[in-house]
Amino acid sequence: MSPAQQDPGQAGPSVRARAWRRFARNPLSLVGVAVLLALVLFSFAGPLVYRAHPLTVNLFHTMQPPGGAYPLGTDSLGRDNLARLMWGGQTSLEVGFAAAALSMLIGVLYGTVSGLAGGAVDTVMMRTVDILLSLPSLFILLFLDATFQPSLVLLVVILAVLGWMGVARLVRAEILSLRARDFIEAQRAAGATTWRIMRHGLLPNVLGRVVVAGTFSVADSILTIAILSFLGLGLPPPAPNWGAMLSDSQNDIFQNAWWLIYPPGAAILLAELSVNFIGDGLSGIFHSAAR
Amino acid sequence: MLRYTVNRFLQAIPALIGVSVITFILLHVVPGTPAQVMLGQHYTAARAAALDHRLGLDKPLIVQYLVWVENLARWRLGYSYTYDLPVASLIALNLPHTLVLVGVSIMFAHLFAIGLGTLQGYYRNSVFDYIVTVVNYFFYAMPGFWFGIVLIEIFSIGLGIFPSGGITNPAAPVQTFGSYVAHLILPASALAVTSMAGWARYMRSTVIEATEQDYVRTARAKGLSEGRVMFIHVLRNSVLPLITLLGLSLPNLFAGALVTEDVFNYPGMGLLFWNASLERDYPVLLAIIMLLGAITIGGNFLADILYGLVDPRIQYG
Repeated sequence: MSPAQQDPGQAGPSVRARAWRRFARNPLSLVGVAVLLALVLFSFAGPLVYRAHPLTVNLFHTMQPPGGAYPLGTDSLGRDNLARLMWGGQTSLEVGFAAAALSMLIGVLYGTVSGLAGGAVDTVMMRTVDILLSLPSLFILLFLDATFQPSLVLLVVILAVLGWMGVARLVRAEILSLRARDFIEAQRAAGATTWRIMRHGLLPNVLGRVVVAGTFSVADSILTIAILSFLGLGLPPPAPNWGAMLSDSQNDIFQNAWWLIYPPGAAILLAELSVNFIGDGLSGIFHSAAR
Repeated sequence: MLRYTVNRFLQAIPALIGVSVITFILLHVVPGTPAQVMLGQHYTAARAAALDHRLGLDKPLIVQYLVWVENLARWRLGYSYTYDLPVASLIALNLPHTLVLVGVSIMFAHLFAIGLGTLQGYYRNSVFDYIVTVVNYFFYAMPGFWFGIVLIEIFSIGLGIFPSGGITNPAAPVQTFGSYVAHLILPASALAVTSMAGWARYMRSTVIEATEQDYVRTARAKGLSEGRVMFIHVLRNSVLPLITLLGLSLPNLFAGALVTEDVFNYPGMGLLFWNASLERDYPVLLAIIMLLGAITIGGNFLADILYGLVDPRIQYG
């Protein structure tokens, strides 16, 4: 272990600089950041440059292969595939990040309460987590989606409600180990309130792992929403998203329309890949031995 | 060990009860009722009430739950609202297809994961190792359903080697085993690819760990051949932990099967569940969710128990 690692409580900027250096040491994490930024730019800034509208139907130009006025071709309704890919990216990324953020919030609160409460409350709360983890969440999502077609916001909430348990477990375990440490003991002896201990002693130390878990949770949410949309559920049409575009492409698969199949799938793949790279890089900061 | 196994088994029971209660509540709190779906445009309040009475849906929720549990205890899963078949027969029709699909994917995934992971661990930090690592990253991030579509595009439409979906060839008078296998290869590959990447990664690290152990050094010092060291000493100790990992991956595999079955129009549990969702076929939905909950809990249980059997150093208190 290097001396730097033995002394984590030093001045702010140098800790941050060291963390960045450790993150950047893994070239894949830098690739991840670059690819994710590119995807965000493509989806959110792209439509400012490429002005075609994703919903404009043109029945004279259906199933056009890429080229000419349509860099990525058109679908069976003559809608511009590149524009759909950009606009679809906005929805897919927004839902992914929002659901991940919300599930982190629930998980951190639940895990903290459970870890701090201890005893019977902790046991009951953790047994509940075990039960929820045994539910086949994709099947339940499918059922909820098929029966009452939730709105965008409700869908984010449902995704989060089905996805917070892992973080809750992690946070609880961290809190239990932190609680026994001297510096928390010292805060308590100094008369700090539970709230203060939580804010200044526990949460800052848990945050690192939560961020790592959150990164992987973004990947999960993007994939889940793509799966639901692919199954013809998820988000209401006609607004595009990557999963729904793949679902549409399946209808035209016998026309060999490769330009409808590869771009949305590649976009999901790149999003998953970049987020995983970033997650690996981040976890490298917090566990000195990289995976 | 025996005491631990029994305790661990007893822990699984409240978990199963919990799953059933949550599922039961969930099915009944969502808006809309089976009567609305079944009656459709013939819906009147009187007909709905009669139907609810016939299906027992007019009783309080707690009574409905207890009736369901009582029937379950006698292995009666109820009667499907829409298929005019007992739920058990529906599941007996569909589950085998899903089990074959999942089973074959597990086989594919393990074969490749063990092979690649072992070579990577053995030739670690070589060019080969780096290339496979990067390829694995891609497969790991690959959405399985998209991979399925790509496989159809390439192998069914482009090359015409494999059928694009279903499990039977409607043109052939007799369904052969070969045709069954041909229908299985693409969906099983699509389902296998994600778990394969994760398992190969795990395999690589366990092989590296194992080759650094003292008993491997001893084996080499004894002058055993490199092949014997790898197969008897390293592989055996690396493959067994992978099997415990399998227990934990079961829920993901069945979720993957749900989507894969949709892509390939493969008549398994996923397709059954999907139709039952649209029709609000409560008995079918409940039975499938309970079955999957039991598989998940059973997988965790097996993983825990196997872990102890595989590694005798682990002591259970």
